[in-house]
Amino acid sequence: MPETSAPSPAGDKPKIGNAGAAKKAATGAYVPGDVSPNRRVQRRYSIRLWSIRHSRLLEWFYARFAQAFLLLHPVWKAIGYSRVEAPVTFVEKRVKGMLFDCRMCGQCILSSTGMSCPMNCPKQLRNGPCGGVRANGNCEVEPDMPCVWVKAWEGSRNMVRGDAILNVQRPVNQSLRETSSWLRVTAEAAARRQASEGAAP
Amino acid sequence: MSLDLHPTDLGAPLDPLPGHSSRGRLERVLRRGEFAVTAELNPPDSANPQDVYDRAAVFDGWVDGINAVDASGANCHMSSVGICALLTRMGYAPIMQIACRDKNRIAIQGDVLGASAMGVQNILCLTGDGVQAGDQPGAKPVFDLDCMSLLETVRTMRDEAKFLSGRKLTTPPNVFLGAAINPFAPPYDFRPYRLAKKIAAGAQFVQSQYCFDVPMFRDYMAKVRDLGLHEKCFILVGVGPLASAKTARWIRSNVPGIHIPDSIIARLEGAQDQKREGKQLCIDIINEVKEIEGVSGIHVMAYRQEEYVAEIVHESGVLKGRKPWKHEPNPTDATVSERLEEIRQGRQENQQQMADIAASKPH
Repeated sequence: MPETSAPSPAGDKPKIGNAGAAKKAATGAYVPGDVSPNRRVQRRYSIRLWSIRHSRLLEWFYARFAQAFLLLHPVWKAIGYSRVEAPVTFVEKRVKGMLFDCRMCGQCILSSTGMSCPMNCPKQLRNGPCGGVRANGNCEVEPDMPCVWVKAWEGSRNMVRGDAILNVQRPVNQSLRETSSWLRVTAEAAARRQASEGAAP
Repeated sequence: MSLDLHPTDLGAPLDPLPGHSSRGRLERVLRRGEFAVTAELNPPDSANPQDVYDRAAVFDGWVDGINAVDASGANCHMSSVGICALLTRMGYAPIMQIACRDKNRIAIQGDVLGASAMGVQNILCLTGDGVQAGDQPGAKPVFDLDCMSLLETVRTMRDEAKFLSGRKLTTPPNVFLGAAINPFAPPYDFRPYRLAKKIAAGAQFVQSQYCFDVPMFRDYMAKVRDLGLHEKCFILVGVGPLASAKTARWIRSNVPGIHIPDSIIARLEGAQDQKREGKQLCIDIINEVKEIEGVSGIHVMAYRQEEYVAEIVHESGVLKGRKPWKHEPNPTDATVSERLEEIRQGRQENQQQMADIAASKPH
């Protein structure tokens, strides 16, 4: 190899490791402005963090809301659950999207995760934080984002039924994505109620 | 003859024992109440089985289990299933790591069956590092299951003999189930509860992340004992030598989830021979953590310093004279090597001269 050849770009080569992506961005590769160098998600978390801070209020509100939805069960049934699915999903997606950055996994466990949506975790962990949480409580994958599960733990401590965070969650059923969790919970509760009423007399 | 050896076939699973979920050595050692030692094999970037055998041979007679990592740090290497297949052929006791990063539930359950069929007795369920940490940050992160649901899945397969879907298995995979813990990352108060969750999901032993902060680990263990978790699972503390202060700094800022206090780096920097000091530090940490109530063993992760594992284990004296299983290929091989050694030490035999003598002096 002649010495006169172009200097090896060893210094510019992206380094392996956690800093790799940021290094790659520094080499001039196209990176959309103001986003995490590792993964594109929104860069503002203020509403999500507000919801976690007010997890107790939201827990109280959701309990009422679920009751109201259950009272409306005859209405849903009359119209048909499959027919109300689309409009309810539309509303649910927007409301929860704003409050929690909801990803519409269709099997909401916000009550068990301190009102911090676990699907915002880059690893989509539903059972607690991974071992990579940074010392400042930020995410391993997205250095600027507070760890979803650090926040979940904080949120759960404010809640009346916060200890639900200690339950082991089942894996996500991917076939339920983009469906309404509110309607499913209501339908299940109604079925349970009917079963207990049927068993009682 | 070791207790933990199949009398006729070295590689074969041991006889089942009551109360044991696997037929491997690691579970027996732990359940007997002995201090277990496991080590991590540096996976080769090659398709040569000899690389795996060579890397496993340095642990011979010093460890009770060898971790076959599943693309640790999201860097591509030989797969953990492949490494385990090779190790079980030689009679080693591999601990197969499964990371949820690269495989969905269909692939994982298949791998569990395949591994168990090959004689893998221990499975360690991990979430896995994010793909951004590795050499291929553009890969698609799978994370279909997480470590908790993975534990539960494998436990269901073992105890209820069925897949996650409910379909029946004719022979369940009898494995000893492990998980990882990291007491050194926030949220610190949640970490002991997370261990409780893992135990509820099926973890029978856990290996911790590198422990460099003993006081912090002691606090964690105090909480663990309060919750009574140390009686429900075996806790192996992760330890390892640091090559130098520079490496330590690099690890701290580049490898997710490893907490190295400043005092450790200062100690390494102050030393004349940093590599030696790193090893001594590891031995000191082992000596401290082995006294903590509830600690059942150590997990030595000597990345690229595997040859020191034997020395570290020996000098820390954690085995208390116990000799873990050692790979002895064939009893006759021992005779051959003995003879070779004799020849090597003794007088060189001149083959030509011997032939001449034989030719000129017939019987």
